[in-house]
Amino acid sequence: MNVNYLSSLAAVIILGLIAYAGAQSGGFYQVLFGIFIPYLAVLVFILGFINRVMDWAKSPVPFRIPSTCGQQQSMEWIKQSKIDNPSTFIGVVIRMFLEIVLFRSLFRNSRVEIRGDRLSYKWVIWLWLFAIMFHYSFLAVVIRHLRFFTEPVPFFIPLIEKVDGILQVGLPIYYISGLTLLAGATLLLLRRVLIPKINYISQAADYFPLFLIIGIAFTGIMMRYFTKVDVVRIKEMTMGLVTLHPGIPEGPIGGLFYVHLFFVSILVAYIPFSKLMHMGGVFLSPTRNLANNSRAKRHINPWNYPVKVHTYEEYEDDFREKMIEAGLPVEKE
Amino acid sequence: MAKLPKPDDLFNSIDYKIPSKKWEDVPPDLSDGKFCYPTKIKNLEYLSLPTTKGEWSPAEDDWKLPDNWETIVREGFKERLDKYRSLKVFMDICVRCGACADKCHFFIGTGDPKNMPVLRAELLRSIYRNDFTTAGRILGTIAGARKLTKDVIKEWFSYFYQCTECRRCSVYCPYGIDTAEITMMGRELLTLLGLNINWILEPAANCFRMGNHLGIQPHAFKDMVDFFCDDLEEITGVRINPSYNRKGAEILFITPSGDVFADPGTYTFMGYLLLFEHIGLDYTLSTYASEGGNFGLFTSSEMMKRLNAKMYAEAKRLGVKWILGGECGHMWRVIQQYMDTMNGPADFLESPVSPITGTKFENAASTKMVHIAEFTADLIRNGKLKLDPSRNDKHIVTFHDSCNPSRAMGMFEEPRYVLKNVCNHFYDMPEGTIREQTFCCGSGSGLNTEEIMDLRLRGGLPRANAVKHVHDKYGVNMLACVCAIDRAALPPLMNYWVPEVGVTGLHELVGNALVMEGETERTMNLRQEPLTEEEDETDE
Repeated sequence: MNVNYLSSLAAVIILGLIAYAGAQSGGFYQVLFGIFIPYLAVLVFILGFINRVMDWAKSPVPFRIPSTCGQQQSMEWIKQSKIDNPSTFIGVVIRMFLEIVLFRSLFRNSRVEIRGDRLSYKWVIWLWLFAIMFHYSFLAVVIRHLRFFTEPVPFFIPLIEKVDGILQVGLPIYYISGLTLLAGATLLLLRRVLIPKINYISQAADYFPLFLIIGIAFTGIMMRYFTKVDVVRIKEMTMGLVTLHPGIPEGPIGGLFYVHLFFVSILVAYIPFSKLMHMGGVFLSPTRNLANNSRAKRHINPWNYPVKVHTYEEYEDDFREKMIEAGLPVEKE
Repeated sequence: MAKLPKPDDLFNSIDYKIPSKKWEDVPPDLSDGKFCYPTKIKNLEYLSLPTTKGEWSPAEDDWKLPDNWETIVREGFKERLDKYRSLKVFMDICVRCGACADKCHFFIGTGDPKNMPVLRAELLRSIYRNDFTTAGRILGTIAGARKLTKDVIKEWFSYFYQCTECRRCSVYCPYGIDTAEITMMGRELLTLLGLNINWILEPAANCFRMGNHLGIQPHAFKDMVDFFCDDLEEITGVRINPSYNRKGAEILFITPSGDVFADPGTYTFMGYLLLFEHIGLDYTLSTYASEGGNFGLFTSSEMMKRLNAKMYAEAKRLGVKWILGGECGHMWRVIQQYMDTMNGPADFLESPVSPITGTKFENAASTKMVHIAEFTADLIRNGKLKLDPSRNDKHIVTFHDSCNPSRAMGMFEEPRYVLKNVCNHFYDMPEGTIREQTFCCGSGSGLNTEEIMDLRLRGGLPRANAVKHVHDKYGVNMLACVCAIDRAALPPLMNYWVPEVGVTGLHELVGNALVMEGETERTMNLRQEPLTEEEDETDE
């Protein structure tokens, strides 16, 4: 038993119940959960996100400290590793692109094991795989959901839907991303619960967003495939939100939708105050986003200040006689 | 110092089992042998650093912290958050994915979960959340925040001196979070309270006054190098007369003072002397800038700058064209990533060009300092060295990539190219233990001190284990490196884990292989040992 994940799970369940109860109460509560809270959440997200990034940007990067993961730029007959140890802006862009799009560093992951009298290191791909699965599913789901916020629906959304629905097994079209999102989040969660080392470092702040996202995926899947909510009515409502003419449509939408929307609102508002800011921070990491060229080109530290040094004159004053005796040249005889 | 366990016993004592108590509730082990001796106050005073209220010991309850220690830490933390984007971002974005967890040599060797880089950072992060974030202020422990207490300070002291700032974890982190940054900030905060270790601050104080960590005074420095020249004359029949503090030399050569002081670094120094004589280099040594290394790096960025300033100051005074730097690990972190920024621009120097080959070292155009491995690789490539690699035939060599030239520079091919040209038997250690994934010697960043030998042997285990692998597979009996701390730390490490393997600097092997003009027939290597094992046996 672990208080960190139990409290997170409890928090998510309670939040879900609150939204469900609210939706059932109708009237004011539907306005609260359907209009007011989503707006507030988006506002908090935008302001919070900007604030956090601005705050990071306010602190300078005094030194050029890339982690060099390949051969440096040296003499021309030595082949430089231009991506893992970039010396140019283009190199950095490619390095960052691979880092952000393919999780290149995570792909290096290995596991140490003791075998007899030896340590051995095994390449392990699971964390990378779960992470890729989770993030790309999430991305696909988010893009698909843009359908609810656009009219006419831009061309790329049906395109994504087509790819996503490639394993069609009847109607409604079965989207892979929904299930892989649920699976990815669940696998990442199980890792935290079951692997002792990961369990030891995990905090409530690690479990909470996972439960929340699992909650979002679960309610979404339920609505789409099982309770079959009225999509037309939902779109009427979401279009109202996005065109700033909010309203609660006539007729039932279902409590589950309010739970789903509330979870999403919480998640969105939670991002700026949590580790989920890694989505912005990864762009600003000085060990990745700088070229390793500080010997070729001077990097400027805006707060560089003069310091107390021990000058040659002071040194010679200290040792002049000994230096003369040893035949070392001096400035003052 | 407690007696060391047998290697097998130490190895078998490693346990990756996770404690039942939460890490926040597990106090650090501050028993004898588990901590570095604290600095003597005189070193702090000499360097004008804040002091504790008196001499103290980590084993005692009262660390004699200044009365307003909480304010000092909080304000110091705030100042650093405002100065370093790295710190701020690294405090905020860790998702605790655990990719770094088993990448740390200290975790691998101790099994202590707080040596997982993620938890080492959490030691600082938990305080950050409490003092500087909205979520932490409101939610407290639920948001992973905790209050700053004296016990937290003790924990910091314990674990920020169980990190060698090797940056291996930063290679695996999906966000590039660099524990070296965390540890450096943690150590700066501790130093604000007067908490530092003697093995760092005494060398720093020495270096400030005498120009080098070991406190070698100018006349003694000359004596020691002259003594190498005597040895070299005996070995090669060639007399070398290096110059000191000579104005108008083309190049200033700076290397760690460890190479002047102790074996096997001294042989590396002899290798440099032979090389420069061989090519007729117009260079000088300085007794004022007689230290390549920089223990300021392990104290604070300000102390690093204060010690490093001598290099450019001396180059300017002597009127040299550029600076050549010897084999050293953290020295090259400072030169590659800090020196020009802190103490530049070096507009009084010229962009480095090899006077022998005419090669322009474009990658050092601004800092104007070239690594000796780059310099020598270029010489060999251009056929400027007469080499007889068979003189190193009794050595079956592998190469230890030192942390800083690897992960703060990316110098992998240059030393390997030199090695392959000066010796006939070279085998790399397995992938995953070399190049950017190299393992630390376990004693970097000022931890090369006797009283924590148990910890050092544990931290160095992954390195030693990889050496053992190539020792068993290829008969490797010599571990080459380009770092003075390695040359001090790896011999006891090898002696403990793989006693059949010796340690050498790159340029010792170069020196052995160099065919000097007018030399007598070489029968001895730079260690004055017979060149081949056979002769070794007939001698006995």
